[in-house]
Formats: sequence, structure tokens, C-alpha cells
Amino acid sequence: MQVTITVNGESWDLDVAPADVLLDVLREQIGVKSPKIGCERGDCGSCTVLLDRRTVRSCLVLAVEVEGHEVTTVEGIGADRLSDLQELFITLNSFQCGFCAPGIVLSATELLDENPNPDRHDVQEALSGNLCRCTGYEPIIDAVLAVGQRSGEVTP
Amino acid sequence: MVIPHDFEYVRPNTLEEATRALADCSGSAQVLAGGTDLVAWLRDDAVHPDLVVDIKAIDGLRDLAVADRTMTVGSLVTFTDLMESSVVAEHAPLLSEAAETVASPGIRNRATVVGNICSAVPSCDAGPVLLAYDAHVHLVGPEGFRSVPIEAWFVGLRQTARREDEIVTHLTMELPTHGGCYVKLMRYGGEDLAQAAVAIVVDDAHDYRIAFGAVAPTPVRAHAVEDAIRGRAPTEDVIAEAVAMVRSEISPINDLRATAEYRAHMCEVMLARGLVAADQRRNGDGPEYRTRLI
Ligand code: FES
Ligand code: FES
Repeated sequence: MQVTITVNGESWDLDVAPADVLLDVLREQIGVKSPKIGCERGDCGSCTVLLDRRTVRSCLVLAVEVEGHEVTTVEGIGADRLSDLQELFITLNSFQCGFCAPGIVLSATELLDENPNPDRHDVQEALSGNLCRCTGYEPIIDAVLAVGQRSGEVTP
Repeated sequence: MVIPHDFEYVRPNTLEEATRALADCSGSAQVLAGGTDLVAWLRDDAVHPDLVVDIKAIDGLRDLAVADRTMTVGSLVTFTDLMESSVVAEHAPLLSEAAETVASPGIRNRATVVGNICSAVPSCDAGPVLLAYDAHVHLVGPEGFRSVPIEAWFVGLRQTARREDEIVTHLTMELPTHGGCYVKLMRYGGEDLAQAAVAIVVDDAHDYRIAFGAVAPTPVRAHAVEDAIRGRAPTEDVIAEAVAMVRSEISPINDLRATAEYRAHMCEVMLARGLVAADQRRNGDGPEYRTRLI
């Protein structure tokens, strides 16, 4: 089937089979590699992308379903300049292997879009579907909280 | 890993086209809404349809509103929609309370309430709440529209009253002035399926509606318990009476998430706490909705 999909602001005309999953099409046909192949059954969150600005698991979405919708990955978020969130993830050394990082960046971005100053519980809830095998989550949560605190600062 | 079977995919714009596509399909067909169950099942080869009918382009399936105390929930309403709706929080707070316990945001943004009861796994969070709200499921098929009371909806493990050529359009619930709760037992906070769950609705006459999840092949309504305590406030004696009946209403199994004994015991505990919280909330002085009671 011919479909047109917008990924990170760029429009792609693709030939896909109905059974092709968005995650595979992003990685193999479009070459966007930040969504990671983890569990492929909706449990780990490493394949997270934004679909019309809301997080979804791209392993549970068919490519044909997103015709006419907008997909955003980490490549589309930090293209020109890293976001405050990404900067703080670096500063606070939030990740180790980094496999979970793209999904967590997107889940935290969605949270901060809706709630610029979340509390610890909000952050834990927002990241509850993103598994990290390395860090124990604390430095990740701290970074998201730090973005919230920063947004609360009054700039002169 | 890819989906091992090819299928045809259509995304009709109207219910008529959608029902025609289902009726005309000579093999098997699946209806696709959020896809959080269906795509996983396709990949597992647990279902292998010849045709997938995506209903997301059909207008009129996203209603989420109350009129004359009747709430309508369209079949494309997601758990995130429920959580973010002030109408739901005000009129059907158990739906908000249950929605928040479903998986994680990335699933809730996509998964629909109706899809949850169409998949009809024993632990589906919408099941007990819709039973306690006495919901009706509205469908359309080649013979037109019909509606099914939620108690007749769940017919077995992952089996519902929906015929293969029908599409669920929406749910309706007539809502009394009530208090209630959805209490869900999980192994940890955050993302998990229910090990056991109970939904309770109580109105001003102390008429109760009680339903359990994840402790039988389908979500189950506990009519015997309701009848035994009807009209009485949940005092210690009343609670003891209700709790004593729980085990004859459920049939829990052992699986990797809990033992049957633990499930049964916790249903007793959750019912006892839930009856108190539901009645306090009815009075306007209970723990806030969405506060976890366990
Ligand atoms: S790969 Fe999609 S949730 Fe794990
Ligand atoms: S940093 Fe390795 S999985 Fe999170």
C-alpha cells in the first residue's frame, strides 16, 4: 500500500504492507534509529515515539494507521539544539547504556508539555511504562524534576 | 520479529462502509481501534485475520458526554480521554479511577475502553467498573443496531457477545448519585495487570453494585453480596457478612502473578476497605478519587 507519513516534519511516500509495524518502518525504511526494538509487545517503552504529540508504542502501531498523522522521534526534538531536558540528562549523567533513553526523553517531553512543573509522583507515573535496566531510575527522575524547577525560575 | 501473516487493511469513513466490509469478508476479520492488544496478538500469531478494519476514521465514535444522567462513551474513547475529562471525573469517577491504573501513558493514549472489553481478558480494568455502572454495549451489524447489557457481554475467557460482523459503536450508563471505588491489586505501583480488582457503586438508598475482576474467566458481578447487604450502611457487621460471601462469588486461579488463595484473601480485604471508602465518598468525606486504597 502507498502511504504518506510525516516523520519529524518531513513527509515520506512509502510502499508498506498492512502487516508492517511502525517501529520497523521507521528504522528500516526511513532510517530513523532512535526508537529501539525491545520487547515488541508494549511492555518496555523503548520504541516510544510521539504520534500527534502524544506518546505511543511504535511496536503496537501499524505503519498504515499513521497515514496523515505526525510522528516525532528524538531526532526531531534535538535536531537544532538539545532541549533543556536533554541537557539535564547529560549534566546529571542520567543514563548508562542509553538504550532506554530515546523512549524516556519522549515520555518526559510529553509530561513536561502538559505539566511544566511536575512532582516526583507525576514523573514516576509518566515514566512507569519505560523500563531501564541500568540506572535504578533515580538520576532520570532527578533530571526531569530539575527541568520543572528551572521552568519555575523567573528569567530577568 | 514481524507479523507472520499478511492481511488486507481498510480504513472506512462511515459505519455503513465498515459493516459492509466485515459482512463482505469471506474469511475472518478483526476490528482495529487502538491496537494495543490486536497488534500484539497479530505478532504472536494468536489471531490471523484476512482483513483488518480500522475504525479510527469513522466520525461519531468519540463521544464522551452526559445527558439526563446517561453517560455515553464512544468506541474510540481512550483511557487518556477518560482521565482528562472533567465530565467523567464528576459523573462517573470510577472510570477515571480505573483509567489511571491501566498500563502506562503510552498505552493509555492509544488503548480504548471499548477495546478493553472487546479483548475481554479476565483482568481488564474496564470490566468491573462497567459492570458496577450497569453499562449497555451498543453495536451495529448487517441487521442494524442492537444493545447488550454488560452482564450478557462477557461470555467466556476472551469471549464476548459481539458477533464477528458487528462493530461496537458506544457504551451507555445510567448514573445514579453515587459513591464508589475501583480497587486494583498489583504487584507494584506503576504498570501492571490486576492480580485482583473490585469495583463498588453505592447510592443514597445503600443499594450496592459490586463486581470483581481477574478472579474468574470473566469480570463478575456479585449479586448475592449486593442482595445480602442492600439498604444497610457498611457497618462492621454488614462488612463481615459481605466478606463472608466473597469466596462463593469468585473462582480465582493460580498463575504467575498471584496464587488463588492470595487473590481470594485480597478480594475480601479490598471489599471491606472498598465498601467503607465508597460510602464515605458518597457522603463527600472519603479519600479522594484516584487515591489508592490498597
Ligand atoms: S519494543 Fe515497544 S514497548 Fe517494548
Ligand atoms: S541506561 Fe541502560 S537501559 Fe536505561
